[in-house]
Amino acid sequence: MKNKIMTVEEAIAPIKDGAVVMVGGFMGTGTPEILIDALVDKKVKDLTIICNDSCYPGRGVSKLIAEKQVKTLIASHVGLNPETGKQMSEGIMEVELVPQGTLAERIRAGGAGLGGFLTRTGVGTVVQEGKQVIEVDGDKYLLEKPLAADFAFIRASIIDKKGNVYYHESTRNFNTIMATAANTVIAATEKLVEVGEMDPNIVMTPHIFVDYIVEGEKPWQI
Amino acid sequence: MADIKHFIAKRVAKELKDGDVVNLGIGLPTLVADYIPSDYDVTFQSENGFVGIGPAPEKGKEDVDLINAGAQYVSVKPGSAFFDSAVSFGIIRGGHVDATVLGALQVDEEGNLANWIIPGVMVPGMGGAMDLVSGAKKVIIAMQHTNKGKHKILKKCTLPLTAEKEVDLIVTEMGVIEVMPFGLLLKEINTDYSVEQVVEATEADIMISSNLKPMMK
Repeated sequence: MKNKIMTVEEAIAPIKDGAVVMVGGFMGTGTPEILIDALVDKKVKDLTIICNDSCYPGRGVSKLIAEKQVKTLIASHVGLNPETGKQMSEGIMEVELVPQGTLAERIRAGGAGLGGFLTRTGVGTVVQEGKQVIEVDGDKYLLEKPLAADFAFIRASIIDKKGNVYYHESTRNFNTIMATAANTVIAATEKLVEVGEMDPNIVMTPHIFVDYIVEGEKPWQI
Repeated sequence: MADIKHFIAKRVAKELKDGDVVNLGIGLPTLVADYIPSDYDVTFQSENGFVGIGPAPEKGKEDVDLINAGAQYVSVKPGSAFFDSAVSFGIIRGGHVDATVLGALQVDEEGNLANWIIPGVMVPGMGGAMDLVSGAKKVIIAMQHTNKGKHKILKKCTLPLTAEKEVDLIVTEMGVIEVMPFGLLLKEINTDYSVEQVVEATEADIMISSNLKPMMK
């Protein structure tokens, strides 16, 4: 069996300036903080970050934004991190706002080999600008294209040494779909167990999606 | 002010039926949960990935893995279920949410809604609002009738839209307004106000129901 267990430095070593990185989590819950911290220490820049939100100061991807390491942010909500708005208006960071369900489905499409999907979300709004409008049985839909990344950072509550993941409660959010949509998937975990210890019925991300495993995630407080 | 919000929330709660799946926006809409009859089984969805939102936990008993879409610690009720964001928005877009209750910056007589951006002032992002308003079976706007006297119920929204022609009902401290194919219809009025006052506080043309009822106290 291939060894997937790495130190955090080894796991993020392939990430270079300009990389596209998906980061799991919703307002920090389900975000692998130790991977973000390592990326801050590594000082890589010009990153494209795909994440539900830009969190709030001190948590999640906000730490990369604070260090001006993010060139493009693709997210659905940025309202609780004043630095995001500041860097948007100063032109330091480009922000593409995407409706949350459309963001999730674009990532799912990226991981599932789909050329995109049709949704009514955003019809008649600024989200429609520049997009193909397709009529199906008399209803208008927007063609939304898939999203994929070089790396995905996901956060496991429990993982086995083969890479099977279980996410506790509301930490699941974007982690499952991001694990399918990136070339290299790095999972940081709270708990690591032996192969065979995890009931296959509770596996939420099958091991085939996970490339590297890093231990040391903690239960972070809001 | 707090009284007004609770009054609106209490009236919105009457729109929900036993067995409904409901998504409440942040702010005033979250108060609606407090006014559901205790014998009703209403399931609240949290778009970050579960159904069955329970009350806020006691201080010191928060579960760090369990937050709602407003990033507050919550609990779950017996019978709740967790899922990922793709399933969560499949629930929303797929018409499996019976009603969503949201606030508004502006709403107009065609049922257009603006509630996610004030260009140059506030650019928080739409979060899940566009999906919710497009996908939920019934869209209820719960808000104060005006913004300190400035009209919010307009002939045509001037702010960027959240969704086109999706609003079904507007509940304010002054009354209950239904969005009909032919325009806005005042169905109930808070008897603290006159019809003239409601018309005055509404920029959009508003028709008065021939069966106008008093809004519950």
